[in-house]
Amino acid sequence: MATQSTLKNMLLCLTLVCLVCAAILGGAYAMTYNPIKQANENILKASIGAVLPEGGTISDQKTASYGGRTYTYYEQLSGDAVQAYAVKSATTGFGGTLELMVGVLPDGTVNSTRVLSHSETPGLGAKCQTDARFIDQFKGLGPDKSVKLRADGGDVDAITASTITSRAYTLAVSNAVEVVKSLKKEN
Amino acid sequence: MSKWSLVTKGFVKDNPTFVLVLGMCPTLATTTSAINGLEMGLATLFVLVLSNMAISALAPLVPDKVHIPVYIVVIATFVTVLQLLMQAYMPAAYATLGLFIPLIVVNCIVLGRAEAFANKNTVIDSALDGIGVGLGFTLSLTVIGLVREILGSGSAFGFKFIPGDGILAFVMAPGAFLVLGYLMVLFNKYLKK
Repeated sequence: MATQSTLKNMLLCLTLVCLVCAAILGGAYAMTYNPIKQANENILKASIGAVLPEGGTISDQKTASYGGRTYTYYEQLSGDAVQAYAVKSATTGFGGTLELMVGVLPDGTVNSTRVLSHSETPGLGAKCQTDARFIDQFKGLGPDKSVKLRADGGDVDAITASTITSRAYTLAVSNAVEVVKSLKKEN
Repeated sequence: MSKWSLVTKGFVKDNPTFVLVLGMCPTLATTTSAINGLEMGLATLFVLVLSNMAISALAPLVPDKVHIPVYIVVIATFVTVLQLLMQAYMPAAYATLGLFIPLIVVNCIVLGRAEAFANKNTVIDSALDGIGVGLGFTLSLTVIGLVREILGSGSAFGFKFIPGDGILAFVMAPGAFLVLGYLMVLFNKYLKK
């Protein structure tokens, strides 16, 4: 039979249970703090590596602002010269924020792109992570060819039935290119 | 009831998905592929076993009027621990399941087993019950995920064996309802006697 529901018992019971649970959570948080940091760094490093040409060393995180927003980017250095930039670029897709890592050469040419996080529809917009026919179109765009969907007067073919996702993806890439171009102007 | 039947009743007789029809939110949302269903099932199994054990140990000490808040705090603690562990050691699975991990807190199966079984049985029996119901849930989600993946993407466990796009509707919400409904019919006709 359960303990009687007097005010004292209820207070005592809830307080104790919450204290123990808080202690367990604190312990778990402390235990996983470093592994989580490590795992997130690995994901970031892998995505930077995937969008940049090979070789060179990656700089620490830097920030630039463009169009009223702050972008995080990384420089790939070979010697003192910047070989390429990896720009983290986020836009709003169909289901929420679509975050990309975009590799851009100093002259504003797109090298490669990769999805960091998305909430697009599985089977439709979510294909933007895997559909090579869509992703490969971005390589080489930038300096003279603008990064736009064909429907908007550009050269990029959208993923079938996922125009909003494709447009968000394209905008994210195009923003990243503009960030790199604005960096060049400053220097 | 023998110990063994505590485990096996979760598969057919008390199958949480097809018989009790609990936990429909993760069932419909995360079964876009067999792997996703399997991972979601195992995550729920983890929470279910631990919360069942903790609650059966605590139950005699908890005053009646506050038992639901106490259970929720206990369940939420285990879910958060699971979330931290997945972020640290299974980042890929965490990325696909994301939001549905914290939602295990309000999964009716977990609170349902706490109320219906764990608070009046021993710790060991409650653990076995958690394993049984958890495996039943995992099995159901994997099967639904497998059917949807085969029809919707032409692949099974990520291995593609039918070229082309598949029937898109099965990857999306309407397909989830259809597959769940038809599997429930088949399950009740042939397995549940």
